[in-house]
Amino acid sequence: MRNQNPFDKVVPIEEALRHFHDGMVLMVGGFGGVGNPPSLIQGILDKNVKDLTLISNDTAFPQIGVGKLVTERRVKRVIASHIGSNPNAGAQMTAGELEVEFCPQGILAERIRAGGVGLGGILSDIGIGTIAEEGKQKVTVGGKTYLLETPLTAEVAIVHAKRADRLGNLIYDTSARNFNPLVAMAGDLTIVEADEIVETGELDPEEIVTPGVFVDMIVQSEGVNWRWAWEK
Amino acid sequence: MGMGEVKQAESYRERIARRAAQEIADGMIINLGIGIPTLVADYIPKEKHVLFHAENGILGTGPSPAPGEENPNLCNAGGFPVTLVRGASFFDSTTAFGIIRRGKLDMTILGALEVSERGDIANWIVPGKRVPGMGGAMELAQKAKKVMVLTTHLDKNGRSKIVRECSLPLTAKACANLIITDMAVMQVRSDGLYLLEVMHPYTVGDVIGATEAELKLDGEVGVYR
Repeated sequence: MRNQNPFDKVVPIEEALRHFHDGMVLMVGGFGGVGNPPSLIQGILDKNVKDLTLISNDTAFPQIGVGKLVTERRVKRVIASHIGSNPNAGAQMTAGELEVEFCPQGILAERIRAGGVGLGGILSDIGIGTIAEEGKQKVTVGGKTYLLETPLTAEVAIVHAKRADRLGNLIYDTSARNFNPLVAMAGDLTIVEADEIVETGELDPEEIVTPGVFVDMIVQSEGVNWRWAWEK
Repeated sequence: MGMGEVKQAESYRERIARRAAQEIADGMIINLGIGIPTLVADYIPKEKHVLFHAENGILGTGPSPAPGEENPNLCNAGGFPVTLVRGASFFDSTTAFGIIRRGKLDMTILGALEVSERGDIANWIVPGKRVPGMGGAMELAQKAKKVMVLTTHLDKNGRSKIVRECSLPLTAKACANLIITDMAVMQVRSDGLYLLEVMHPYTVGDVIGATEAELKLDGEVGVYR
């Protein structure tokens, strides 16, 4: 059950997990596992959700972050800029088990932002003259040719924040910000996993990166449950 | 860097990185790719003011932290923990790439699978074999003011990676300015690829013989040791 106060969005993780289902389009913030929400990803694994379309910068590492969803074969399609750090993604792609749409990283970020801020697309010249332009409409503006890049949204977007207030205002930790503020805007339902949840009003409005209006639910993080690649 | 091995005589990777560092001017904003490019930071004189850009959302990365001092969230784009220099800032991925596309990045230093004599770079896909994805390489190669490629001269099968025409899918067209390999330093100009220096002990003949692309000469070829 939701809390009585509509501006108190903190829920038990069980309630958040009710919104994950087979075949859904899931967008995940993070970069190489940094900024992936560990407890929500574990919840998806434990709930046996499968046939996901994953929109994420990358597929992380085999046992880190969203990489685990690929390793456990819960993903049928991925839109990402890079899968190289997760050999399972490459192997599944080669075997025809995982469909991969590659998108240049900055363009992926802008497509997610476009979806998140209600734009119909963006124009960019990145990838012109390469296979990245295939299938994209060309638009000429002021004599210059651009590719029309379409917006991306998702049924559920999950993000990892350092600190959230109960309203969903978010602050991120260092480079774990990366795709998270963009992904937070692009979910039809946005679920935040926060390391720390504080009372509304405790965050300095000047420091808030994501305004709570984009956030639907907040769950308490149990913290990272993997070893980083550099931890040897 | 090490990985535990005993410090040997300078490797070809280190020499490439040392040569590359000479190209870095005071005040530059620089993005270093994974592999040999990462080593370049070790060879930049301390008195030079440079800021390193990491496309995962940092301007102003510093050296690796001491063991035990890592913040797992504070990493470079290769996923390794970093520190910050004074004046560093964090931002989301759209701003990270806005910096690149807007022309604020003075130099990007990349690896490559192939580079053509016109400066086309292929470095993100070997169809059917290795398909890591382009990551941020397309933006970096296409939009950095200066693009420096650091690579071995030959691939694992002994074939020239410096070619007339790339056979692999491109990262970006006509973008490379300078190519530094274990054999040579080459510059892409509007009228072709010029051999500027050979890496000791290779001769001009060795380099031309090992290079599929046409190498032009403009005066004396230097020797880098």
